[in-house]
Amino acid sequence: MTAPRDKHGRPIVVVTGMGIVTSLGAGKTDNWRKLTAGESGIRTVTRFPIDGLKSTMAGAIDFVTVEPFSSTSLSERLAEMATEEALAQSGIGSKGNFPGPLFLAVAPVETEWPQRLEVGRAIGKREFDYSDMLRVSGGGKYAAFHHRFMFGSVANHLAGTFGTKGSPISLSTACASGATSIQLGVEAIRRGEADAALCVATDGSVNPEAMVRFSLLSALSTQNDPPQAASKPFSKNRDGFVMAEGAGALVLESYQAAMARGAPILGVVTGCGELTDSFHRTRSSPDGKPVIGCMRKTLDDAGMTPDRIDHINAHGTATPENDKMEYLGTAAVFGDRVRQIPVSSNKSMVGHTISAAGAVEAIFSLLTLEHQRIPPTINYEIPDPAIPFDVVGNKARDARVTAVMSNSFGFGGQNASLILTREPA
Amino acid sequence: MTERKEVWITGIGLLSSLGEGLDAHWDALNAKRINVDEERFAPYIVHPLAPVSFDTQIPKKGDQRQMEAWQRIGTYAAGLALDSAGIKGNQEILSRTDMVIAAGGGERDATVDMAILNADAQGNSSPGFLNERLMNDLRPTLFLAQLSNLLAGNIAIVHGVCGTSRTFMGEEAASIDAARIALARIEAGQSDIALVGAAHNGERPDLLTLYEFGDFNLTDKFLPVWARENGSGFALGSAGAFLVMESREHAEARGAKPYAKLTKVVADLAQRKQPGAVTKSLEAMWPQLGVVTDNGNLITGATGAEPVTSEERAFLRQHPGFAVRATGTIFGHTLETQFPLGLALAALSISRGTLFPPNDPTGFEVEKSEPPTQIVVMGAGHWQGEGMALVEAAK
Repeated sequence: MTAPRDKHGRPIVVVTGMGIVTSLGAGKTDNWRKLTAGESGIRTVTRFPIDGLKSTMAGAIDFVTVEPFSSTSLSERLAEMATEEALAQSGIGSKGNFPGPLFLAVAPVETEWPQRLEVGRAIGKREFDYSDMLRVSGGGKYAAFHHRFMFGSVANHLAGTFGTKGSPISLSTACASGATSIQLGVEAIRRGEADAALCVATDGSVNPEAMVRFSLLSALSTQNDPPQAASKPFSKNRDGFVMAEGAGALVLESYQAAMARGAPILGVVTGCGELTDSFHRTRSSPDGKPVIGCMRKTLDDAGMTPDRIDHINAHGTATPENDKMEYLGTAAVFGDRVRQIPVSSNKSMVGHTISAAGAVEAIFSLLTLEHQRIPPTINYEIPDPAIPFDVVGNKARDARVTAVMSNSFGFGGQNASLILTREPA
Repeated sequence: MTERKEVWITGIGLLSSLGEGLDAHWDALNAKRINVDEERFAPYIVHPLAPVSFDTQIPKKGDQRQMEAWQRIGTYAAGLALDSAGIKGNQEILSRTDMVIAAGGGERDATVDMAILNADAQGNSSPGFLNERLMNDLRPTLFLAQLSNLLAGNIAIVHGVCGTSRTFMGEEAASIDAARIALARIEAGQSDIALVGAAHNGERPDLLTLYEFGDFNLTDKFLPVWARENGSGFALGSAGAFLVMESREHAEARGAKPYAKLTKVVADLAQRKQPGAVTKSLEAMWPQLGVVTDNGNLITGATGAEPVTSEERAFLRQHPGFAVRATGTIFGHTLETQFPLGLALAALSISRGTLFPPNDPTGFEVEKSEPPTQIVVMGAGHWQGEGMALVEAAK
C-alpha cells in the first residue's frame, strides 16, 4: 500500500506528542485550562530587583528551580520538561533513544551576570581590567562556565539525554524560532531523511540584561500595574509586549510511520512558510508584503485557499506598530473574511515567550483543534478601530475549527507561519 | 521522492586576517602568509582582521553603525559572495535566495561590563545597581548587534536577500550543519539557491575569557596547529566566509559557472565520554562521503585544542596518502566560520587547479601537485560536534 502523500506529493507530517511549560503552569492540562479560562501568567518580577526598570513585569516561570541558576540552565530544564511530556504522549522510541534528529529553538547563549560577577570578585582588586579577568579565568576553576555558556550546550544536553540522532541543531530566528524548529522537522521528514523529528523551543531568559535590552528598544509594555493587564494585543491602548518564559516540544512523524506503530495522531502540520523582510531590524515593512507573502506561501504549501482557515493564532505581541501591520497583512490575504475569522493572541495571557513562542503557540493551536474551543485575547477593553479583528475578546469560544494558521513575525524580519489541521488536508 | 539534484558552489566571499576576496587569499596562501598578533592580547594570540573598507559592501554608514565587528565582517563577506556569484543587485533572484547562517554573536560593550564589575568590587551593592548601569550605559542598538539572527537580518537589509532565513548557533557544529541543511534542501528541491556562511570576530576579550574558562587558548608563542603538543590551544581568528550554493539546473538556466560541486555533508555529535570517540565518529562518517582515492586532498579546521586535535590526527594517520591543510594554522580558529571557510578554500582550490601549499614545519602536511578533483573538508569542534564534506570538480 502506498504511503499517503500531501497535495504536493510529499510525506504527510503529523504530530504524535506535545509538551508545554509556561507561566500558566507545567503541562498541557493546566495550560489549556487556564488559557481557556482567560487567566494571565504575568506577574511583577520577583526573581531579581526591579529598581530602575521601566517595565517590571514578566511571565517568569518561578515554579521551576535550577541550581546553580542561569537563564541557560532554566531554558534547558524547561526544554527537558516539555520534551518528557511530548515523548510520554507519543510513545515513540524508548528511553534515551529517539529515532530522529533534534531541532532546538533557543535564545542565544552567553555568559550571564551572576557568573561574570563571580569571576570579577575573584580578582580581589578594587580596580581591574580585562587582563585581570583573563588571569583568574584559567586553571579549571570555571570550566563549568565554558561548558554551560557554549551556544550548543542546551541542544547537546538534550541530545544526550533523549538520544536523538545525528548532529542536533540549535537555531534562532528571533520571535519566529519556535515555528522554524517545526519547519526544519517538517522539511527533514518531507525529504525522507527521517521518519520522526523532535522539535523543541525554549526560552528562560527573564534576567536583568534581557529585560533592559528590550526596554531600551522601547519594545516592552510599561503598564506595570496590574501586571496581568499589561499585554493588550490589538487594543487601542496597547504599548508593547511582555517578556515571558516557556517551552514547547513536538514529536513530528511521517503519517505512514505514525500509523504503522499505532501512534496517537494529534494533528497535522499541513503547511509551513517563511519569508524575510528586508525593511528594518525591528519593524516590519509598511507595505506588509513580507508578512502577506509569508502567509500566502504557507497557504500554497498547505495546498489551501484562505477560506479554509477557521482561526488564526496571531503573532499578536501588542506592540503598537506590529499589531497594525499584522492586521493589514491578514486583511490583504483574507479579504472580506478578515473581520469574521477569529484571530486570537495567546500572548495576551502567557506573554511573549520569544524563542519558544512559535512552538508554544503551535501547541495551543493543536489543542484548539482537539477541544474545538478558541482561547481568548484577554485585556481587550478598548478595541482599536484600525484593527477590526474578531479577537475573541476576553472569553473563550466554542467553534468548529478544522484548520488553524499560526503566525510568528520576528525581530530582524524573519517571518514564519504554520497551518495545522486535525486531519490531513 | 524525485532524484537528488546536483548542487554547485557558484559564489565565494572571503574576508579574513589575510585580506579580502579570492585573489588576495589565493596569493596569501601561496605565499604561505600568516597574520598573527601576539602583542595586543598578550599572552593570548589572535589572527586579526586585515584592514578593510566596509563601505564597499555596506555603503550606508547608518547600517554599519547598527552592527558590531562580527556582523560587519559577515555582511561584507556575504556581499562578496553575491558579487562572486553574479547575483548582487539581481532583485528577482535575491528575493527568493534562502539563507542558512551559522552565528555566534553576543559581542559585549567591554567598557560597560568593566565599569560594572569594578563598581561591584568597590562595594556597590544596592538592589537596582545592575539595572541602572545597564539602562543608562548600554546603547539601545547594541542588542541588535548582539543578536545571533541579526547577521541574517543585516544581510537581508543591506543586500536584499529575502527568501527563507535560518540561523544556526552552536560553535563549530553550527558551521557544519548550515552547509548540511542548505545542501539537503537544494538537493530535495526545497530550495533553488542559498547563501550559506558565517562570520567570527576573534578579537574579543570576552571570548578569550570564555575559552580561558576551559583552558583552550594558545598562549605566548604562535605555533602551527600540528606543533602544539607542548602547549595545546587555539588562537582565535577573525573571518567571514560565505558561499552561494545552487542547483545545477538553476545555475545553468542563468548561465552561472561553478567553482565546484558540493556532493555531500555529514555531521554527528559523538558523546565524548571515552577517549577515541571523536576518531571513531570521523571513521564512521568517512565511508558516507564517496571518496574515490587513497591519495586525495583534505582541508581540516583542526583547532589545536586537546584532546580533540590528537583524535583528529589519529584519524588522519589512517589516511596517510592524503595531503592535509589545517586552516587553524593559517586563519586561526574561526568557530562558526570554520566549515564554510574550509568549503570555500576547497572550491577555490578546485577552480584554480591546485591545492594551496602546505604551511607546516612538522612535515605532517605534504605537497600536492596534481589538480584536485575531490577535496574532503573536515571539522571537529573543540568541545563538541564533528563533520565532513566532499567538494568535487563539477563536470
